[in-house]
Amino acid sequence: MINNENIACFPQWANYACAFKYICEKGFETKYIIPPPITKKTIELGSKYSPDYVCAPFKYCLGCYIEALEQGANCLMQIYGGCRLNYYGELAEVILKDMGYQFKFFNMADINFKSIKSIVEHFKIINPNFSLVKVAKSIPVMMNIIKTIDKFEDYIRLNVGFEVNEGEFEKTYNEFLQKLNNLKNGKQLKQLKKIYWKKLTNIKVNKPSKIIKVGMIGDYYTVQEPFSNYFMEKELAKFGMEIHRYMNLTNTLIHNKGKERKNVAKKYAKYNLGATANFTVAEAIDFAKNKFDGIIQVKSFGCTPEIDAMPILQNVSKDFNIPILHFSFDSQTSETGVKTRLEAFYDMVEARNKG
Amino acid sequence: MRGYLGIDIGSISTKGVVIDENNNILASEYLWTEGDPMNAVKRLLKVLEKQLQGKDVNIVSVGTTGSARKLIGAMTNASVVKNEITAHAIGTTTLHPDVRTIFEIGGQDSKIIIIDNGFVVDYAMNTLCAAGTGSFLSSQAHRLGVSVEDFGEIALTSKSPTNIAARCTVFAESDLVHKAQIGHKKEDIIAGLCKAVVTNYINNIGKGKRIQSPIVFQGGVSKNVGVKKAFEDAVGAEVLVDPNGHLMGAFGVAVLAKKSGIEKPFSFDVADIEFKTTGFECPKCANHCEIICVFKDDVLIDSWGNKCDNGAVKIGQ
Repeated sequence: MINNENIACFPQWANYACAFKYICEKGFETKYIIPPPITKKTIELGSKYSPDYVCAPFKYCLGCYIEALEQGANCLMQIYGGCRLNYYGELAEVILKDMGYQFKFFNMADINFKSIKSIVEHFKIINPNFSLVKVAKSIPVMMNIIKTIDKFEDYIRLNVGFEVNEGEFEKTYNEFLQKLNNLKNGKQLKQLKKIYWKKLTNIKVNKPSKIIKVGMIGDYYTVQEPFSNYFMEKELAKFGMEIHRYMNLTNTLIHNKGKERKNVAKKYAKYNLGATANFTVAEAIDFAKNKFDGIIQVKSFGCTPEIDAMPILQNVSKDFNIPILHFSFDSQTSETGVKTRLEAFYDMVEARNKG
Repeated sequence: MRGYLGIDIGSISTKGVVIDENNNILASEYLWTEGDPMNAVKRLLKVLEKQLQGKDVNIVSVGTTGSARKLIGAMTNASVVKNEITAHAIGTTTLHPDVRTIFEIGGQDSKIIIIDNGFVVDYAMNTLCAAGTGSFLSSQAHRLGVSVEDFGEIALTSKSPTNIAARCTVFAESDLVHKAQIGHKKEDIIAGLCKAVVTNYINNIGKGKRIQSPIVFQGGVSKNVGVKKAFEDAVGAEVLVDPNGHLMGAFGVAVLAKKSGIEKPFSFDVADIEFKTTGFECPKCANHCEIICVFKDDVLIDSWGNKCDNGAVKIGQ
């Protein structure tokens, strides 16, 4: 049954908002607010009310929650993971309630996924009268939205640095995302996917014969949310490089390759590093084996699993003779410093590529 | 004669070098930025112009580097605007083609550059914290009542350097005060400080890096013989300091300007032209990008800072 009371919201995260909106509106029959795009205001709000030493992704999420609450959201959501993220839902809830906001909180870290009862009980937070059939029907569509987004973005990362008419990829892709925001059903998704895939692949690119390839690795949030890494992929592409990134929702939520990744990483990391750090190591090894020109690790300041991965990455760098650049981001990082390092990174890989 | 001007505008000091086609230095100057990069460059240009008097040099290309490279690039109509890591690497490899490791400690930053076969293969730069940089040393010199120029010589007279906690400037400072109060000799404390700077450097940006000889040490702090010696003790190898080490960024970007082949008209008269910058917050979305506009005699010549096209300020507006 349609619920008119709840307005759900999940924090901004890459371009996945339309997928979360779809499952809430079509599956749970609950209204959904897409929070405003992340801006400096978001991170300022988030930092103001967060503990100083918490990782930047928490600050971004908190900022998003506040902006969404101000716009009328009253049912906030958070996922769970292999690090402090498991506590973040609860912490955000307490902070926001102390600030005086009233809302319901759907925290996936609280769900016991082995118990159907626990799952249903928590789903009732989103809509007390949700229909299991509708939810079940909308899940494959949501997955498809995610897969489409990831497929398109993979293609864009490889080509945007070589587009003939500047801005064409971004314009076309934004148009597509706008349409996804009001998606009606899976059939419409298929049509849109077909039209826009054609549009994207028809965009003229001019690739040289020798292409510089760069691999992006890092913590789950920072590597995926462009604002939190200072739009690094965009900045790198401007130099005329192919950007490769393995980490996305498709490769973790839909086709979880955790085991396979751990095996790849095994020679360098025998034990579980926590969160997605074993992925980070495995990706670095893959990129190195495939003769990439360089690797960039982005992480939130104080992300312990990624810090543990750093010395391991230095071994990978040494063994495969591939440069790996490390970036730590907090809410206060200077943009000039980031640009200086990126420029130097490009000069370095370009000179090596030529030589 | 054709000349190439390289300017390195750091947070603390501004460096300028004019070279000829064979990379010979025709003029050079090093002065304090004093928080005003535009004025510092004007002063710099006056000095360089004087040094070139009677030499019949025609500057055909300008390169800028350092943290104010963009601003000064707009001001001097530069052909090349390069980051300081590349500029330093190019400058050093031009003078020392066999160099493998570059240590660089400047006023507020420090970096390490690893070179293999003349190519940069790895580098790191300090983030977040200015511990162990030039400004730390000069504030401690002030505290101890010695001039920073004498610091190195005094350090060399010490027979047993005091151990000073090096991880953090704040702790280093309180440790230093403590050691002085319990009676450590001044020269030992000074030598200990030099050691602390090196320990900090090796453990932070030098961490995990393959440090191999030949090693060149540059940046303002390389003029401090105490730090140079502490480096040699720490890595167990000779550390070279080029007499022009403090100018290496400017020299490197002059070489890059020459190599670029891009020639743009330049005249020392820019030192007399009025440049102004204004900053404003773009009101078009909640991101509030800080946009900087540069005016030359009240005409807008460049702007930056906008994250999207909505905030773009068009030249000629």
